[in-house]
Amino acid sequence: MTALKLTDVCKTFGTTEVLKNISLEVEDGEFVVFVGPSGCGKSTLLRVIAGLEDATSGAVEIAGDRVNNVAPAKRGIAMVFQSYALYPHLNVRDNMALALKQANESNSTIDERVTEASRMLSLDDYLTRRPAELSGGQRQRVAIGRAVVRHPKLFLFDEPLSNLDAALRMNTRMEIASLHRSLETSMVYVTHDQTEAMTLADKIVVLRDGRVEQIGAPMELYNNPANKFVAGFLGAPSMNFINAAGAVELGIRPENLNLSESGQLQGQVIHVEKLGGDTNIVVTLTTGETVTCRLFGQHDHRVGEQVTLGFDMNRAYLFDASGERIEPS
Amino acid sequence: MSTATARSNLGNTIAAHAILITWTVIALFPVFVILINSLKTRKAIFREPLALPNAESFSLVGYQTVAKQGDFFLYFQNSMIVTVVSLTFILLFGAMAAFALSEYRFRGNSLMGLYLALGIMIPIRIGTVAILEMMVATGLVNTLTALILVYTAQGLPLAVFILSEFMRQVSEDLKNAGRIDGLSEYAIFFRLVLPLVRPAMATVAVFNMIPIWNDLWFPLILAPGEETKTLTLGSQVFIGQFVTDWNAVLSALSLAILPALVLYLIFSRQLIRGITSGAVK
Repeated sequence: MTALKLTDVCKTFGTTEVLKNISLEVEDGEFVVFVGPSGCGKSTLLRVIAGLEDATSGAVEIAGDRVNNVAPAKRGIAMVFQSYALYPHLNVRDNMALALKQANESNSTIDERVTEASRMLSLDDYLTRRPAELSGGQRQRVAIGRAVVRHPKLFLFDEPLSNLDAALRMNTRMEIASLHRSLETSMVYVTHDQTEAMTLADKIVVLRDGRVEQIGAPMELYNNPANKFVAGFLGAPSMNFINAAGAVELGIRPENLNLSESGQLQGQVIHVEKLGGDTNIVVTLTTGETVTCRLFGQHDHRVGEQVTLGFDMNRAYLFDASGERIEPS
Repeated sequence: MSTATARSNLGNTIAAHAILITWTVIALFPVFVILINSLKTRKAIFREPLALPNAESFSLVGYQTVAKQGDFFLYFQNSMIVTVVSLTFILLFGAMAAFALSEYRFRGNSLMGLYLALGIMIPIRIGTVAILEMMVATGLVNTLTALILVYTAQGLPLAVFILSEFMRQVSEDLKNAGRIDGLSEYAIFFRLVLPLVRPAMATVAVFNMIPIWNDLWFPLILAPGEETKTLTLGSQVFIGQFVTDWNAVLSALSLAILPALVLYLIFSRQLIRGITSGAVK
């Protein structure tokens, strides 16, 4: 069954088109990530799904029902916000219970669900605290708990990790992944961070300027990008683009560049990043372009050094002047 | 940080306190003079206006006059009703209008905001004659309702202006979380937004309270009847063209300070109390 189906969804604010004919499907139990640069419309799309914004045209279906005219609370969704958005005057338990109370659930159901969620998210010790007395990570767990207790058909996450520091972000990412495994509920997750997209998603939707650029599994998009934008957006360090013959551009991932005496590219090292596990060297080519080369392990290179880089043409991608991929024939 | 350096610098601290203390003394001086003179005999007031009451000059004659003449308890009650009800209306309707302006996109939103704020620039007293005619036509002359209506109208523009600015700062996510959890727009307004803008509400309340409490103009014109006299108007009986009963005037003024002070204390506590921290990062 399809958990979410969007058909030709458009959204305009005044004369600005924010979403242009978005069509996509989220299967039952699937983890779908909307990713794109800021201003690409991914958050607006999420808000349209949640019912916080109305679609200008097109259909939104959740679990088979058209919900265009259904209030957010009645759509069977739950949402986790970037800024946590906890109710400041309620303690953790009441924050989680509010939606159930509004839906007139019985007290025993409320107790049962809150206990379940608090155990799942290890919030047992904090149930009587107010949001102000919690750390950032705990607040985010409460926000997730508030979504979990509703037993929604679809979870919506709006950049939930953006306010957390790097170490906590990794932890929470794992928690969300394991939550998805244990709940087996469909999730839609919005982020601008390609790492989150790659690590969490069953399916990634890359958005740009209100349009879907490509939809597919993470590795599918990584190995087989439809255009230059997707190729450059996924992967860190991002793909190198070099002018080839005529208007054709050649894209090559940093890990597919290597140092070799017989290589095709010559240049000078302008920056070296030693990460321990691997080493990134940034090279300005004789043609004036700058490329990044990712070497595994530790390497001793110095700024100013002349290097020759080689690559395998089979691992390169070709793009035409409009940025579309030229499939190898 | 600058606070740390300012704190470590003793000279700065002393200077800052000196300025604040000087200002406080200047501001409180008239109040102090009113209070001490209300407790003195008429002769003592004129002989040594700045002296504290002593055994010889101490007298409660002013307060006795106030208690005897006119119905001061009624005046008090009238002032209190007018002030409290007007403030309630200003805050309630002002906050509701501000919420609508800050929260909903509709055609003419900013024009409406401008229209509602226009009243800040136009003194309501310019319309006194028209207001009086309107009150006569509706039969509201000599009622407290007339005063409450006028003061509510007078207070709304600034209330809408200040509150809508504050409400724009309330996290969008929080309101949306409420919507997803099934709270109605009224519940979002009363339970999520209002508590978060409480300091702004207190500011608006304080700004409006004092002018309403002290106003002489509208009570004199719209409700001069014995039954509807406010405290400020009631005190005027002691000020004559040729003779003024200073004991009574000062006593009445001293008493008039009290309720305003109590209301102010209530609101200023709200100003300080901040429960917003931790709601959103």
